Amino acid sequence: MARRVGMEVSIAAAETVALLDVDVVAAYPITPQTHIVEHLSELVADGQLDAEFVPVESEHSAMSVCVGAAAAGARTFTSTSSQGYALMVEICYIASSLRLPIVMALANRSMSAPISIWNDHADMMLARDTGWIQTVAENGQEVVDLIMHAYRVAEDHRVLLPVIVNLDGFILTHMIEPIQLPTKEEVQAYVPPYKPLLRLDPDNPVTIGPVGVPEVYTEAKKAQDEAIKNAKPVILEAWDEFEKIFGRKYKPIETYKAEDAEIILVTVGSISETAMRAVDRMRAHGKRVGLARIRLFRPFPVEEFVDAVRGAKLIGVVERALGFNGYTGPLCAELKSVLFDNGLNPYVWNFIAGLGGRDVTVEDFEEMAECLEVKANKNEPMGYEIVNARE
Amino acid sequence: MAKETGICSWKELALGTAILTPGNASELKTGDWRSMRPVVDYEKCVKCGRCYILCPDMVYSPRDDGYYELNYYYCKGCGICAHECPKGAIEMVEEER
Ligand code: SF4
Ligand code: SF4
Repeated sequence: MARRVGMEVSIAAAETVALLDVDVVAAYPITPQTHIVEHLSELVADGQLDAEFVPVESEHSAMSVCVGAAAAGARTFTSTSSQGYALMVEICYIASSLRLPIVMALANRSMSAPISIWNDHADMMLARDTGWIQTVAENGQEVVDLIMHAYRVAEDHRVLLPVIVNLDGFILTHMIEPIQLPTKEEVQAYVPPYKPLLRLDPDNPVTIGPVGVPEVYTEAKKAQDEAIKNAKPVILEAWDEFEKIFGRKYKPIETYKAEDAEIILVTVGSISETAMRAVDRMRAHGKRVGLARIRLFRPFPVEEFVDAVRGAKLIGVVERALGFNGYTGPLCAELKSVLFDNGLNPYVWNFIAGLGGRDVTVEDFEEMAECLEVKANKNEPMGYEIVNARE
Repeated sequence: MAKETGICSWKELALGTAILTPGNASELKTGDWRSMRPVVDYEKCVKCGRCYILCPDMVYSPRDDGYYELNYYYCKGCGICAHECPKGAIEMVEEER
């Protein structure tokens, strides 16, 4: 039986990785990811985890080690944040193109400048087009659960792609929460041992990562694109299996009181829990508000998103990143294209909030819903704003 | 759109575009990159082997009589051999294909 413990989320993440019996961890410390890899290095040093812990000199090297280890057939883990992710990103494209099932916990943090160690989703957006599967946790339990899910999906021979589990820096990484920590038996029942389909093996030489001349590069990318599209049913199936073993249910788009909602706010990550409180308060005043929360970001769950928001007349997309394209945030641009493709034409306003660790409160969500209604009633052209930027 | 310009179907590619047959780079024809072709004057050649050693594409191979013969399948016409031949025995001539 799972143990219910009070534990810092970073420690719980590391304990989960250890229960998964990873072979190689390569990481470079960066706030707010530090406790995750620090604890893994302790577990290795204390002999509790039989793995190679490689304390590399940069994130670029961390991902390079992960690529090499995964290509050799090892179960591999890394974790980073923000600037560290930016340094890693060159190799991240290679990991997904080579179809290596590496798992990364991305402790979401804003990008400098100005220097900020605090939480937003700029790094998640930087990972957007790298070909990694991405899921998003809203609390500590979900971090534990999604890490298990990540390995199960990544290593499935129908998928073989790397996975990022997003968890908000500090808000989740440094929070002590009640967590159902699974037993080793439960973890093993859910995630079978990793059997590589193709690996570096001196007895069976192959070339991994050759040149792709113009006559083959397009086909290589087509194959990769098909792979991430085909990953979606496996991702859903793995969540169904998860529910059978652990009793907790996950969906690519989670909703909250969205069924009859006229106004839907879209949220990502830990602010969703605050948004739920706001929804309850607004519902108490008779406002038909609901939430659509992005659990699976890559591949994007188009049908599920459309189903979740189909009935809404007004949609407020609350996102914690800027696109600097002059017209909308990166997530909202994508959601609008999904709505357009599916013939839906609600009024959409984009709220950029919670940048660089700025709190987004229950009152903020109430004001956003209010503001959305006012704008729609005035028929203001759709657009975006940066919430709570002091004039 | 069905204009097929790729060398194989995306479905035939190995996982992550891996190459499963070792050593098949020898099949890669670099000879069609050439606009100039090296021609050896064996009257001037002293069998020193510099062309053989310095050619980046393994075009030259030793013959029993000590001279070196060329395999134009690989020669990309870079001119290194002509530049390095101590006897000026290799001339780069215009490729007429
Ligand atoms: S021209 Fe270049 S490629 Fe051709 S034989 Fe000489 S050195 Fe080799
Ligand atoms: S470098 Fe010139 S002299 Fe030497 S073997 Fe080649 S062709 Fe002959």
